[in-house]
Amino acid sequence: MITFDRVSKRYDEGHDALREINLHIGSEDFVFLTGHSGAGKSTMLRLIMLMDRPTRGQVIVNGQDLAAVRSRGIPKHRRNIGVVFQNHRLLFDRTVFDNVALPLVIAGYEHREIGRRVRAALDKVGLLDREWAMPKALSGGEQQRVGIARAVVGKPRILLADEPTGNLDPTLSAEIMNLFEQFNQVGVTVLIASHDLALISRLRHRIITLKQGYLISGGAQ
Amino acid sequence: MIGRRKTPQRKASARPSRTGLLNQLSGWLQHHRLSAADSLVRVIENPGSSLLTWLVIGIALALPVGLNVALDNVSQVSDGWESPAQISLFLQDGAATEEAQQLASELAEHKDVAGTRFISREEALNEFRELSGFADVLANLQENPLPNLILVTPLVTLDEPAVSALRAELEENSVVAEAVLDMEWLQRLNTLMELSRRIVLAVGGMLVVGVLLILGNTIRLAIENRRDEIVIVKLVGGSNGFVRRPFLYTGLWYGVGGGVLAAILVSSALWFLEDPISDLALLYESAFYLSGLGVMGALNLVILGGLLGLAGAWLAVSRHLVHIEPQ
Repeated sequence: MITFDRVSKRYDEGHDALREINLHIGSEDFVFLTGHSGAGKSTMLRLIMLMDRPTRGQVIVNGQDLAAVRSRGIPKHRRNIGVVFQNHRLLFDRTVFDNVALPLVIAGYEHREIGRRVRAALDKVGLLDREWAMPKALSGGEQQRVGIARAVVGKPRILLADEPTGNLDPTLSAEIMNLFEQFNQVGVTVLIASHDLALISRLRHRIITLKQGYLISGGAQ
Repeated sequence: MIGRRKTPQRKASARPSRTGLLNQLSGWLQHHRLSAADSLVRVIENPGSSLLTWLVIGIALALPVGLNVALDNVSQVSDGWESPAQISLFLQDGAATEEAQQLASELAEHKDVAGTRFISREEALNEFRELSGFADVLANLQENPLPNLILVTPLVTLDEPAVSALRAELEENSVVAEAVLDMEWLQRLNTLMELSRRIVLAVGGMLVVGVLLILGNTIRLAIENRRDEIVIVKLVGGSNGFVRRPFLYTGLWYGVGGGVLAAILVSSALWFLEDPISDLALLYESAFYLSGLGVMGALNLVILGGLLGLAGAWLAVSRHLVHIEPQ
């Protein structure tokens, strides 16, 4: 589902974020990406999301060589990937419903279908009763679950998460991870960047470790 | 991983999100409706700043349009005078009325003349007495100071030099004391009108550019205010067109509002001027009435405002939106 073939990323200021990364993540895999901050976790996610292009090497997502995706094709590419951010990135002047509906509105779904899918997604993250609340009125954990609902509402085949439990206490973090596992169980490929080793080592999934831009373990299946 | 955790739900969930072409079209239309409504609500929710923008656009549009309406009215007045030009033949004092009448009918046969009208000195005096209000003074006069007059109307097809030549030819006649061709002031007026039109056009052009820049700047601020939102929308797969749409509608609403205000401003200015102008027209015994914008004029103004709004928004959006990318 996601393949990195000798991928390097050097930023303009000469900093090597990724060096010669080889990696394959299969369809329906559940993979953690770990390492200290600055090890290259976010850069990998950014390359998959086409927020950045690799300096060298090839990234293939869902059978598509990303080098062949022109900037006009980026929105379409992103619609096939659900993303959860550490700082949630919600629209704070919109209701929970509108936030979750955003990817469907972008994809051009019909009004009733949007309502149905949004409620299904909110139900899955346990926030059906907060449909019309504003994000400000929600706790951090709830906001993160809104972010997750938004990431999965379009039924993407890939779910990326960048430090999804970064600001949450251990109980909430475990709940969030449990949610990701549930999505994985219905066939979604999940890739989670996290430096919370204590949490992720308990969960018995594949762990890819990065250090200063090198992949040091977990690259081969 | 294949064979593991196989559940009936899996296939449905793993299906890539895809909608039919018809559904996509209706979704696209739906987003247009949503963007239009949402941006209208945003414009109305900030009545203070929106009103200011509307006023700026309204005044900038009302100025040239109002001037143009004024010019249209002036040229409507002058059109009534324009053709045909008239040559006034003032006859010698000694010329008898019969002689003058004969000359008038002779001249009517002239190849360059469309018609003539003879006004005897008595008729002229009566007319003058009625119109001028100097009846008392005139009654004291020993004799009629006015000459016999023949008004000669040249053929409409004659151009200016030909009419001037005709005037010179008529003045040669021994009975004619003076032949006056009163066209110069009309030429001056027409030239002045043409000049004014061009000035209005130039001013209008500059104001239109001003409106575009003001709108562009307003939309730029709106874009800056919603930078986070734009980033998020782009992150979850919103195309540039999707991000652009609400801002284009915002521009449209500002422009349309400005056009409506401009129409109101022009109409109220005309209404304000209507009474004194009809009084003035009455004093000149003219049937002139002030013609306003009309429904079509007002509609055009609103459409023009809307188009300017769209153009200004497009300007801002194409310059600023591309630079906002998720980091």
